[in-house]
Amino acid sequence: MKNQSLFDYLLHLGDNSLILGHRLSEWCGHGPILEVDMALTNISLDLIGQTRNYFQYAAEIEGKGRSEDELAFLRVDRQYKNVLLVERPNGNFAETIARQFYFDSFHKPFLEKLQASQDEQIAAIAAKSLKEVTYHLRFSTDWVVRLGDGTEESREKMQDAVEEFWTYTADLFKATDLEREMVKEGIAVDVEQMKVPFMEHVEDTFARANLKLPDFEPMQVGGKEGLHSEHLGHLLAELQYMQRAYPNMQW
Amino acid sequence: MSMVETNHKLWEIVGRVKDPEVPVLTVLDLGVVRNIEQSEEGIIVTITPTYTGCPAMDLIGNNIRKVLNQEGYENVKIKLVLSPAWTTDWLSEEGKKKLQSYGIAPPVGSTTDKRVLLGEFDEVTCPYCHSQNTKMISQFGSTACKSLFKCNDCLEPFDYFKCH
Repeated sequence: MKNQSLFDYLLHLGDNSLILGHRLSEWCGHGPILEVDMALTNISLDLIGQTRNYFQYAAEIEGKGRSEDELAFLRVDRQYKNVLLVERPNGNFAETIARQFYFDSFHKPFLEKLQASQDEQIAAIAAKSLKEVTYHLRFSTDWVVRLGDGTEESREKMQDAVEEFWTYTADLFKATDLEREMVKEGIAVDVEQMKVPFMEHVEDTFARANLKLPDFEPMQVGGKEGLHSEHLGHLLAELQYMQRAYPNMQW
Repeated sequence: MSMVETNHKLWEIVGRVKDPEVPVLTVLDLGVVRNIEQSEEGIIVTITPTYTGCPAMDLIGNNIRKVLNQEGYENVKIKLVLSPAWTTDWLSEEGKKKLQSYGIAPPVGSTTDKRVLLGEFDEVTCPYCHSQNTKMISQFGSTACKSLFKCNDCLEPFDYFKCH
């Protein structure tokens, strides 16, 4: 395929949103309060909508007649290119918030840059998504502050959660060969440069939330190249169940 | 009919389609129809999504096709474009009034107003008693485009169509 790299990059972008969106959908009906349940599923819906945009475009670029659904439901785990952070299980509410907060703190400045992509369709998807992600970041930031600056118990849980996911943030900022190639073509964002705005927001929020920044270096990488944790396989088993059991079924 | 007259008629027909979630608004009030053109292959209606994940968009596309088919226009293609991204600034003034009387507070000011984007929604007016003494309960409401508010005076909860 002529545009294999562009196709792969679109899968990477779509997979981040798809996997995080699926994780958040697991909260449906289980949120600690009604408003939070609705917020998490609203965010899930936004992310899955973004995925559709990326996958529809990827399917067009590939030009083999595959649909967005085939890309979402009929690949195997090693073909998914999402970052490790988004496949982590939901855990308790503080853990879900920590995962969301780290991703949103990366996602917003990332989309701000992606709006300037030389690829017009990617730029359009980024501009559209950015409006929604601005709300996501505000939601997750507010909850980090509320839990961190809350009771002794909520602070402890929030602190544990930000420590637990810290190591997976490495994957966000480690550029793959594919990303470097796409940066050269003016299509992708240089993720290494995203660390600065990410850290600014994280440090500022933790200061307001009375939380300590973890004192170790994030290390876990590989998701973007298909090297996932065991959690992704379980997630995909559920995500793909209907299409695997009843091929081509439609709602 | 001349091209201009035909085009006028097409807009009138498409304008009969309502937003399935907020049925007081037509798709024209909502500002999601960007263009209608006639070509040799048929009619192309260009629409833009409000929110990327909004499930109403597929239905809106289908309903536009249906209403045009009913009027005898056979080949209708719905084209989805993302750029320029939809904004609540495109809601018609008429649409904002309809929202208000339906019990949904219309978006305050322009999306370029940073205070609104930052969530300082202090000037949202209660659609029931028109008090400005209101409070945000949750940024995320019953659909992707709405936030949940409460009026501190009449105590009614209400939806706010959020700036976007």
